[in-house]
Amino acid sequence: MSSPNIILASRQLTVTYGTARSSFLRPKRNIVQALRGVDLDIYAGETLALVGESGSGKSTLARALVRCIPASSGSVAFKGSDITTSSGRPLRALRRHLQMIFQDPFGSLNPRLSIGSAVGEPLIVHGLASGRELKSRVAECLALVGLDGSVANRRPHEFSGGQRQRICIARALACRPELIAADEVLSALDLSLRGQMLELFRQLKERLSLTYLFISHDLGVVRQISDRVAVMYLGRVVELATTPELYSHPRHPYTHALLAAVPIADPIVERSRQYASLPGEPPSPARPPSGCAFHTRCPRAVERCRTETPKLTELAPGHSVACHRPH
Amino acid sequence: MSAALLDVEKLAVSFVGRAGARTVVADVSFQLEPGEAVGVVGESGSGKSLSMLSLLGLLPDGAHARAAHARFDGRELLSLTTAQLNAIRGREIAIVFQDPLTALNPVLTIGRQITEVIRRHFPVSKAEANQRAGQLLARVGIPDPALRLRQYPHQFSGGMRQRVTIAMALAGEPRILIADEPTTALDVTVQAEIVGLIQSLQRQTGMSVIWVTHDLALLARIAERVLVMYGGRLVEDAPAEQVFASPRHPYTQALLANLRPEAASLAQGTSASVQAGGDAAAVGCPFAPRCPQAMDKCRTTAPPLSAISERVRVACWAVSPEEPMAASQTNGPTSPQSPQAASLPKP
Repeated sequence: MSSPNIILASRQLTVTYGTARSSFLRPKRNIVQALRGVDLDIYAGETLALVGESGSGKSTLARALVRCIPASSGSVAFKGSDITTSSGRPLRALRRHLQMIFQDPFGSLNPRLSIGSAVGEPLIVHGLASGRELKSRVAECLALVGLDGSVANRRPHEFSGGQRQRICIARALACRPELIAADEVLSALDLSLRGQMLELFRQLKERLSLTYLFISHDLGVVRQISDRVAVMYLGRVVELATTPELYSHPRHPYTHALLAAVPIADPIVERSRQYASLPGEPPSPARPPSGCAFHTRCPRAVERCRTETPKLTELAPGHSVACHRPH
Repeated sequence: MSAALLDVEKLAVSFVGRAGARTVVADVSFQLEPGEAVGVVGESGSGKSLSMLSLLGLLPDGAHARAAHARFDGRELLSLTTAQLNAIRGREIAIVFQDPLTALNPVLTIGRQITEVIRRHFPVSKAEANQRAGQLLARVGIPDPALRLRQYPHQFSGGMRQRVTIAMALAGEPRILIADEPTTALDVTVQAEIVGLIQSLQRQTGMSVIWVTHDLALLARIAERVLVMYGGRLVEDAPAEQVFASPRHPYTQALLANLRPEAASLAQGTSASVQAGGDAAAVGCPFAPRCPQAMDKCRTTAPPLSAISERVRVACWAVSPEEPMAASQTNGPTSPQSPQAASLPKP
């Protein structure tokens, strides 16, 4: 279990939103269990992708893992040491190693800060560089993402979406993190730009020996970039496997449906394909179904699925599935 | 040939501002047959949505459309009065937009919004319109229509809202449905459902559907014919099988290479250099700055959309036959434009 190359691990990680406290003035609100007991290991140097529909808890899991949001219960460990309850100075020191990039490159850059200040800020915060060294470190980071050092004096509005996303990547790289959680970073970009960005992510990983936690709803992109994939449904990991294994032998009925829903760029294949579309939409996380949360839409569901929650079990080496009746 | 339901020739859209006119769509010509499913693919800013909106007079302020002709069922769309257009909008040509939340009025019930469309186009009583609205909701797969009619948009999920806007679009029993990125905001599983829904409705009603999307792979599932737009121009028009099996325009080839990682190495140079952009009014081919096959000619003269076989048209100097003889063999609306017509007059 305690393999030395596990960089980040969660055990029974649970995150709830909303408040349970009710009083005369504050009536009881709905509690949403965004994460419901997730066990996940991220190996150093790998790209682990999180996929699933909106509301499945992908972003919540990534944020809880890098300690952007606190866990309600369960634990998170960074290189073997528990960071679930770190706060203050140790937490700040930790942030250096775990960075995050967000979907919207327009919302995640302060329009008033020059590019140089935005990229340099993490270095100042962590006391890693100042003065002339700061400048050269910033230029170095910008060069890593293919931008000229002269852009440091300009402001975000002067850049296109793709360039802004590069700036966000440069900022995340500034303090030389070990892990980067990328939350739908390609979704706001045009198709032809995605190819370039994927290539950039690949190069950076190689050069800086990074680990990626890559969140995407685009299964085509995930297939290209990731080593392993975790499929999420309603706050739980329902399948975890290496990328080739997951795409060639999906075992969970949900993964099956998800892969079948992705169009293949070939009309002849598409016409002969039978894609049994999933009936309905994901249930609300505020009122998850009993047993296996997927049973309401699952074509293979039996009585047991309604009552008993399946555990994530390893069916083949490196391939875990949470299902009573896997394919 | 004359059976085309929609026949557009040399459509152009330009914005007129203080800095002068900027042409964002130029030289777009295509036809739509009754019952046909056509896909228009392009990136943001390629002019795909603007071209479609211009046909219904729905351009934003400051934008103007002109065309050699843009006929719907024999009527010249661009010279109709607002009243005449209103008789077509929703009734003959309906649109489903990308974001169902902004397409629906948050303070009116779903029922009110659907019956409004029905009563606008058909002389029916309120009760009858209400009944029809219920049937429409059932037809687009919304359970418990009677209850749902009394609810407001915020009580629906994203996929369900999009079903509502599809029901509204169907209310006028249109002959053409323009689906402008209707599934972009939705999850893949919901996308598959919505796409399947529109396809089955198309089979039932015999309407034509124009799918506007940036997702080329999706078109493999739904389109019989694919129009590829880049930088405000139509660069390729071909049956879906041919676009995917043997794309002719370098831009289409690069797009496909991006979709198929296993083949990407073949087109590494292109896929890495393809970027959104291009100016429809620029001299030369809009794709020339990024094109691996660009020649001197591409930078000076925009290639016309020319027929290279019976059903394939491509706007590329590296592909199309250069002899005017070959171009003059076809006639009718599909005939390619002469090179001089391709360089647009500046307004």
